[in-house]
Amino acid sequence: MAMRISDVVRSRDMRPADEAADLQAGPPIVEADDFSVFYGSTEAVCGVTLGIPAGKVTAVIGPSGCGKSTFLRAINRMNDLIPSCRTTGKLMLEGQDLYEPGLDVVTLRRTVGMVFQKPNPFPKSVFDNVAYGPRIHGSHSRQELSEVVEGSLRRAALWEEVKDRLSDNALSLSGGQQQRLCIARALAVDPDIVLMDEPASALDPRSTARIEDLIGELRGHYTIIIVTHNMQQAARVSDMTAFLYEGRLVECGPTARLFTKPREQETEDYITGRFG
Amino acid sequence: MHLGTRKVLDRSFAGLGIFSVVLMSAALLVLLGPIFVRGLGAFVFRATVEHHRFILEHFGRGDRRQVQGRIAAARQSREPLYDMIARHEDELWQSFRAIADRHKAEAAVYEMIESREPDLPRALRAARYSLTEDGRHGRDALDALEQRWEVFEELREKVRVLLGPLPGEQFALLRKQYGQTRWGRAQVKLHDLLYDYDYDYSDPNQMGRKVYVPRVEQFEGTAVEPLFAYAEDNLHAMLLPRWTFYWRFLFDESFDAHFFGGIWPAVLGTLYLTVGTMLIAGPTGIIAAAYLAEYARQTWRVSLIRTCISTLAGVPSIVFGLFGLAFFVNTLHVSDSRSVLAGALTLAVLVLPTVIRASEEAIRAVPQTYKEAALSLGATKWRTTFTVVLPAALPGVLTSIIISMGRAAGETAPIIFTAAVSLGKPLKLWQTLSQPTPALPWNIYNLATEHEAVDEIRHVQYGMVLTLIVMVLALNVTAIILRARISRKLRG
Ligand SMILES: Nc1ncnc2c1ncn2[C@@H]1O[C@H](COP(=O)(O)OP(=O)(O)OP(=O)(O)O)[C@@H](O)[C@H]1O
Ligand SMILES: [Mg+2]
Repeated sequence: MAMRISDVVRSRDMRPADEAADLQAGPPIVEADDFSVFYGSTEAVCGVTLGIPAGKVTAVIGPSGCGKSTFLRAINRMNDLIPSCRTTGKLMLEGQDLYEPGLDVVTLRRTVGMVFQKPNPFPKSVFDNVAYGPRIHGSHSRQELSEVVEGSLRRAALWEEVKDRLSDNALSLSGGQQQRLCIARALAVDPDIVLMDEPASALDPRSTARIEDLIGELRGHYTIIIVTHNMQQAARVSDMTAFLYEGRLVECGPTARLFTKPREQETEDYITGRFG
Repeated sequence: MHLGTRKVLDRSFAGLGIFSVVLMSAALLVLLGPIFVRGLGAFVFRATVEHHRFILEHFGRGDRRQVQGRIAAARQSREPLYDMIARHEDELWQSFRAIADRHKAEAAVYEMIESREPDLPRALRAARYSLTEDGRHGRDALDALEQRWEVFEELREKVRVLLGPLPGEQFALLRKQYGQTRWGRAQVKLHDLLYDYDYDYSDPNQMGRKVYVPRVEQFEGTAVEPLFAYAEDNLHAMLLPRWTFYWRFLFDESFDAHFFGGIWPAVLGTLYLTVGTMLIAGPTGIIAAAYLAEYARQTWRVSLIRTCISTLAGVPSIVFGLFGLAFFVNTLHVSDSRSVLAGALTLAVLVLPTVIRASEEAIRAVPQTYKEAALSLGATKWRTTFTVVLPAALPGVLTSIIISMGRAAGETAPIIFTAAVSLGKPLKLWQTLSQPTPALPWNIYNLATEHEAVDEIRHVQYGMVLTLIVMVLALNVTAIILRARISRKLRG
């Protein structure tokens, strides 16, 4: 397993190994400082300290129930929907504390888009799905919307497949298409960060491959944080990887290094499949 | 479980299911069949020339020349009958003269006989003390003659009911200006003309039995003796019935307390009430449901509200009616007295629990993922509710609303005190704010229980029942179709 993953890492058109230094260079766009999330009295994320570089793809891996989703949803404050959820410590987006009272969640979520595990397009037309975000943010001219929709669908590599079906119900698309539609919908509001919570886990291998290609294409334009169970996927698509275990951040570093030379025993055990 | 047993169980379950469906359909058929057939009788029936005369004279509808031709033909057939009646009246006056002669009446009596003024019974009474010879016998003879007059007058009344006013007569009351408009009723009235009835008390252990006596027996040897046979043989020619499709029954105003015309005021009133109810209960119900499903925390207060709503759904509708009177009319004074507005408000309160509960279910059934998607795009909560949650819940919400519309259309008790009157003109839209209206459910009840001449106009009642049922069925079918179409659209 470890060999195969390092194969994957090597086979990627990687820049030199000293890329690690490069990755840490710029100021991180998302910064967690001793950040914890509680559901009632259970601590799902415990004191995580971590910086996520801008414009890169960061993978969050770890065994089921280790708090990956919780951490991810903390970044766009989707956890607010759960009444029992509260946080301690600091989580910063471009130096702005996300849990400071008075923060405008709507603006935050505009900046931080999200793609969910199961494709969840609205039961509306393809066009209306993508246009939903721009519309709620005040753009209404048909012309402008068409441009945004086309642009987003192109970036999500879906345009060619749906350009003749824009008025069809989104639920009539295939699962893979639906997930790319959700990505297009998230891109349409022009976020800085896209959070993806196991975006390919409900898809077949071909659709998964398309999504992975897509992530590759989006790299550089957006900061992408992706939760995945599939370590090969993490190795294939990400620049940075963070390994969470039982709510703690065990290790975080450039993907190539983390998969080939893990510093922690727990990381090695996990990526070699000895547990989890 | 053994495979054989399982198969048997499976099959008996299917059989049971089919059986209950068949039973239900049969019950529906047995229930709806007669309603449908009788209700149709209000629209399609053998209309006599009197019906067509009424329609021509009051609505100006129908081929004037043709109708007038038929009226003339019918009149001609009636001539011999009217002739007999006139001759019998002569006979009675002649008997009067004979009595006057025999008992040496004063000159004033002869004057009355010559001028036939006043009418016979009054003249007879006036003559009582004007006989100079053997007054007692004379008075007995006058009494006997007065009795003959009474029997004759009863006969004339039967003829009027059947054929309309006798030649030269005029009446103010509309229903007295026309004979029977429906052939079926005409035959009943002919029977009334041909037979008098009496009660037979010979068996002391039983209630008096109604026995029919041919009326002709009362007129043996008089000029009207042949009238009965003539009427029986020539009823058709005198009324000229014709199969008629009176579809305007639905859209015509009602005349003389439903004796003539149609049921449009009641239909329109029901439409007003139903639409008004939904305009009030729809938005309020949906907003309340959205609040309960999306916004309310799960506190004891909210559970209390929910319990109250469920309880309200089970409160008898008459209670809502009284509440509507006490609250909307007497306390809030939304109108001086009963009005469509007050009725719609009351009906809205009645259906609100149903709308709220069903809509809340529908809203809760919307997948959480839709909400998450909208919120993650930066939608505010109310925006999410209105642009994503409610549209996705629309099939359920709409169904609940339309079914409630059916309920509102059919309810009687809530509008008795708040909106309904038995007679009225069709209202203009703005009048609904202050005026009461006839409405189908109330009018059906009214015709079934309180109308002065319910037997004469059963067909109106059945026509109303049919119309109401069709309206409610149409609403429900619309609900089903709409729901299917929207959910197909949502499913993609
Ligand atoms: N709504 C919630 N209420 C209470 N506890 C929760 C809730 N959601 C998650 N948890 C708990 O928080 C912990 C972390 O959950 P989380 O969903 O973040 O795990 P995960 O790493 O995403 O797992 P998976 O890989 O299976 O998706 C788990 O122990 C879970 O039981
Ligand atoms: Mg998860």
